[in-house]
Amino acid sequence: MSNGSANGIVFEGVRRLGAVMIFLAQLLAQCLPSLGRPRLLVHQIYNAGARSLIIIMLSGLFVGMVLGLQGFELLQRFGSEEALGTAAALGLLKELAPVVTALLFAGRAGTALTSEIGLMRATDQLTAMEIMAVDPLRYVAAPRFLGGVIAMPLLAGIFSVIGLYGAQLIGVVLMGVDRGVFWSQMQDSVGLRDVMEGVVKSLVFGVACSLIAVHEGYHSEPTAAGVGLATTRTVVASSVIVLLLDYVLTAAFLKG
Amino acid sequence: MVIDVRDAYYAVGGRPIFSGIDLQVRRGRITAVMGPSGTGKTTLLRLITAQITADRGQVTAFGRDVATLSSAEVYAVRRRLGMLFQNGALLTDMDVFENVAFPVREHTDLPEPLIRRLVLTKLQAVGLRGAADLMPGELSGGMARRVALARAIVMDPEVLIYDEPFVGLDPISLGVIQRLIKHMNSALGITSIVVSHDVQELASIADDSYLLAGGRIAASGTPAELRASDSAAVRQFMTGAAEGPVAFHYPAPDYDTQLLAADEQ
Repeated sequence: MSNGSANGIVFEGVRRLGAVMIFLAQLLAQCLPSLGRPRLLVHQIYNAGARSLIIIMLSGLFVGMVLGLQGFELLQRFGSEEALGTAAALGLLKELAPVVTALLFAGRAGTALTSEIGLMRATDQLTAMEIMAVDPLRYVAAPRFLGGVIAMPLLAGIFSVIGLYGAQLIGVVLMGVDRGVFWSQMQDSVGLRDVMEGVVKSLVFGVACSLIAVHEGYHSEPTAAGVGLATTRTVVASSVIVLLLDYVLTAAFLKG
Repeated sequence: MVIDVRDAYYAVGGRPIFSGIDLQVRRGRITAVMGPSGTGKTTLLRLITAQITADRGQVTAFGRDVATLSSAEVYAVRRRLGMLFQNGALLTDMDVFENVAFPVREHTDLPEPLIRRLVLTKLQAVGLRGAADLMPGELSGGMARRVALARAIVMDPEVLIYDEPFVGLDPISLGVIQRLIKHMNSALGITSIVVSHDVQELASIADDSYLLAGGRIAASGTPAELRASDSAAVRQFMTGAAEGPVAFHYPAPDYDTQLLAADEQ
């Protein structure tokens, strides 16, 4: 009995994953045509990116400050406070910036995407497009997906920069680590490879979060309750998937 | 014959919606599809516009079997159709002008002055040229439907489909919509399909009518023929009687028995 329901859950999970992957393939097929519509795409990058700036910058500053405080505490025990710059930079670039940005993105931009598309579905706007012989995948879904994928690494980059500033604020200004040592240590030991790791991560998270948000909205039940449920699912699914993918990617980078 | 539905069957999750429907829409006429709520009138429109395909039977639009068309061909067929949705279905992130311009921008490369001219002409036809700059949220129900009508005719379709165009309108807006439907048909020669349960409003404008009930066409003919019908089901619907073949009560166990059982608990 319990075995049967466990099978059911696995079966349902695989079925869903398959449905999402088919949706991704359909979306990707529409992405090239939607690149030819820069106005739509820029609007969506603005929606997903520029409108998330405040929350990303604020969070980046605080995460960086905490990193400065905790890092200083820890490094001081080994008498190596001058490594604070390196520690903060590596922590932000490779881990905190991509992950925290993705989680914030899911909560801020992802939910907005899902509820917007879900409401368009509920008010027949998507059907109206279909009848007007305009593919809503191309006009509505693809630009929003692409906009999210493009915005995510940019947001993560801004998160890192502001975060470093926050760490410097605490480490150098408050705790008295030498400013020159802080930055030069960072310059010496952080390479392009570390930066690329973060960029790859945030690109993958961008694809995952945008895909989930657009998919949930596009396939939401066309009712008030349905759109609400889809929005919740977007946040929950995005958060879990981002953390899972983060582990997988980190392990892959360490191996490779 | 523009639209031809032959012996169509359709079921959702094992529950039959249509069991053998025949319906013909002739060019240049207003065809009314009437029926009580929940009889699948909107589903019939989805069948005609190839959003769903019949389980059995055939749906032909402009002489082509819609079930055999590729998605590109379906879009080609749809470009010859215009559809007015119950709530208008205007795109909420653009103003009235852009809503009407939307199909033109998507399907043509016309220069901006020409698009402007085209859109203003269509807005003038529905009396809303002055509302071009408003957003959909600022429109009343009747205005939204008229904007949607302007959008539906902007590409000069051969067939115009109206889904419940009279629902929830005040008497003035209702009269306006009614006149517009007639006008689109007589002045522009657009073949029209009007789906509604407002018998009186339809009777004054329809050339042909079909009455949908219980998954079948219960009656067809001119509105006058339908009114003179001696079938109890048709008469009940046309006169709006509570009792008749369509029962007022949803199927339930015996009233007294159920009340008694409630007392005993």
